Amino acid sequence: MTQTLNAHAATANANGKALSHGPAPSPGPASSHGAARPIVTLDHVTKRFPGVVANDRVSFDLWPGEVHVLLGENGAGKSTLVGMLSGLQLPDEGGVLIDGHEVRISSPARALELGIGTVFQHSMLVPSLSVVDNMALGGRWWSRPDREGLARRMAAVCADIGVTIDPHAKVGALSLGEQQQVEIVRALMRGSRVLILDEATAMLTPKGAEDLGALMGRLVKLGIAVVFITHKLNEALAFGHRITVLRLGRRVDEISPERLAALGPAAATAEIIRLMFGADAAAQATASHPRRAPSTQPLLQIEGLAVDDDSVPLAGIDLEVSPGEIVGIAGIDGNGQKQFAEAVAGQRRLAAGRIRLGGQPIERLDVGGRRRLGLRYVTDDRLGEGTVGTFPISLNLLLKQVGEAPFWRHGIDQPETIATHARRMVSEFDVRTPGIETAIGKLSGGNIQKALLARELSGKARAVIFAKPTYGLDVQNIRATRQRIREAADAGLAVILISTDLEEVLELSDRIAVMSRGQVVGMVGNDAAARSRVGELMSGATP
Amino acid sequence: MTALFTDAFLTSLVLGALTAGLPLMLAGLGEQISEKAGVLNIGIEGMMLFGAYLGFLVAYDTGSIWLGFLGGGIGGMLVAAPMALFCIRLGLSQIVIGIALTLGAEGLTALLHHFQFAQSYPRLPAVATLAIPGLSSLPVLGPALFDRPPIVYLAMLAVAVTAYVFRYTQAGLALQAAGDKPAALDAAGVDVGRVRTLAVLTTGFLAGIGGAFMSQVGAGIFVPFMTNGAGFIGIVLAMQARGRPLFVLAGALLFGACLSATTALQVAGVSIPTDVIQMLPFAAVLAVLVLFGRRASLPPALGTHYVRGAR
Repeated sequence: MTQTLNAHAATANANGKALSHGPAPSPGPASSHGAARPIVTLDHVTKRFPGVVANDRVSFDLWPGEVHVLLGENGAGKSTLVGMLSGLQLPDEGGVLIDGHEVRISSPARALELGIGTVFQHSMLVPSLSVVDNMALGGRWWSRPDREGLARRMAAVCADIGVTIDPHAKVGALSLGEQQQVEIVRALMRGSRVLILDEATAMLTPKGAEDLGALMGRLVKLGIAVVFITHKLNEALAFGHRITVLRLGRRVDEISPERLAALGPAAATAEIIRLMFGADAAAQATASHPRRAPSTQPLLQIEGLAVDDDSVPLAGIDLEVSPGEIVGIAGIDGNGQKQFAEAVAGQRRLAAGRIRLGGQPIERLDVGGRRRLGLRYVTDDRLGEGTVGTFPISLNLLLKQVGEAPFWRHGIDQPETIATHARRMVSEFDVRTPGIETAIGKLSGGNIQKALLARELSGKARAVIFAKPTYGLDVQNIRATRQRIREAADAGLAVILISTDLEEVLELSDRIAVMSRGQVVGMVGNDAAARSRVGELMSGATP
Repeated sequence: MTALFTDAFLTSLVLGALTAGLPLMLAGLGEQISEKAGVLNIGIEGMMLFGAYLGFLVAYDTGSIWLGFLGGGIGGMLVAAPMALFCIRLGLSQIVIGIALTLGAEGLTALLHHFQFAQSYPRLPAVATLAIPGLSSLPVLGPALFDRPPIVYLAMLAVAVTAYVFRYTQAGLALQAAGDKPAALDAAGVDVGRVRTLAVLTTGFLAGIGGAFMSQVGAGIFVPFMTNGAGFIGIVLAMQARGRPLFVLAGALLFGACLSATTALQVAGVSIPTDVIQMLPFAAVLAVLVLFGRRASLPPALGTHYVRGAR
């Protein structure tokens, strides 16, 4: 938090210092305090979509030299607000002012002309083109892209903001974090003085998110105004100077830099949770949970597990999980966690190794066989392999039991039994849905996850693997999901929790294994020293 | 067996490869432009056929081979225009519309042919060739490659021009982006629909000239259904060429050689049943697909309609 304050104090000295490259931004007020007016003002904008008011008279001021965080859970209206700033949508009512003048941002191109650059959650770069070609895109048809000139200008901007990018690399070969930097650099080269980062950290590693936070700090020092959209509280507090909270399409409140400083991190967190979810939610967040001591007889035993894989082969993984125990698997994303989970669940062939569940060898069984013995896998790929989006919820809840009694008899489905089962699951796991026949793809991420949890945790589950269970969920659903994981362990299930969110692993696990490059590089008990030990293990094996 | 490879045989094989391969090349080149921009242009067979018909009609009525080719190109564009309207502006299925246009063009040209030419079967005179001094006197290859109608040289030039456009111009970048990530192109301020429309019309123009080449140069006559799947082979060529115009040319000549093998083998006096020889090009397509099909890389946005802001 002190870091945030320093960064903010620095913005006061940012007067007049703007990027010297690209079309020069028109000289506007460059300091946040005492600046005559914000760069961008949304004045009571309303946007309706069929059936919903996505933004209801939302007002929003953006000051130069500030990271303005837009915080809200899924469906709070953040994306719509961004859409109106970046030219994807036009407000139905209300006005947009830039430097005090009313404008109409009718297209992404117009937004760029006005100096608003957007980095969307999903990359807006063409993967098959090189970095400079992506920058060149949009020139006159017959002209030759000025690749060398662009590379030079790019290098200058990169130097200004402290990033390094190979201008001739193919975008598809860059990491997501690097692609984001390319997009930021591109926006600056086009003269943006407002930069919108839409859910920018959602796809990044913790390290990537930290780098992005530092980059935002450097950008605002140059007088750029940054809108940072997120649903992660810690990022909002660590990177933001001013925080606006949206809920159900309305602006609940704005926390000014002064107030943010006065509150301090703990009080600010409580305040934001209260704003995001109402008063009761804040109390829940701090409630701690007593853990039952797990028994010592292992239920799930993995010995010498190895998997052939082109990107991350696994080798020599040993892991034992007792009933009622949560073993967290920490590590940077892409170090073999997915391969490991799929191998245990039966979705990948083992090159070597043994898996036993309650003493019974299961490594030769297929997915269905392992499931029948009580092994469950909650995938992180909820829409891809977890569900069939166009199928109703009722069927998705039985996706891994299709054809089995009592839901199917002699190959004929039993609609009554299926519906009863679905209704029970929906109410037990609090899936918010219009009905059990609704296509699951129409639900929000949080509710899809609840349905997945319902499917995997119900019946005769004995051991569960959770792969990034809270990835992409909003705070309330994260909390509900973590609660389910605790309950599963309390009910005597052996739990493996794979997560790239270290906080989550530390919060839930009894023991923590660290994965790096397809191997378990260490196992630590979750005690006071766990955080630093895990951190060392994670970074020690990283190049 | 060595007696097979006489000069006469080789010349007629190369010549046949060129004559049969050129329309394939133009179709493949055109298809490649559409596909690069994200449009799976299945209507290309119809565009070729209509180009063949209109090219023949114009050349026959005016007596000008050049106006004939122009007519062929315009004929192709006439079929491409509804494709652009229905698929790009209105967002209908590219596959359904493509098939409909092909079937429509087949029916329409057969009908028109029936009323206009079915009684008389008029022929065009042989097209004059332009011998390139020096090169045309090379043994074997000279007469086959360098003593051809000028349109052949222009078509080769089109390959080079396309390769240049893809690699060195903004238009090339725009095409690539339209097929790979249209949202990125839109965000850069380029109208995705316009890029795709122009790509499809260009495809129609090239395919139409390819068709006109078949009727004016290859056959000298228009016969219903005369393109006989050339457009579809063009689609395969474009997919296998992975965005490289030169690969289209090479593939077209290979397929052309297979197609023309009938004539060449007959010149050589080999007695294989023609049915077997006529299977060659299709066997070649199969072989290529089996061998290289897995390496075909298609633009991610191929066949999808772009809507701004949709995910």
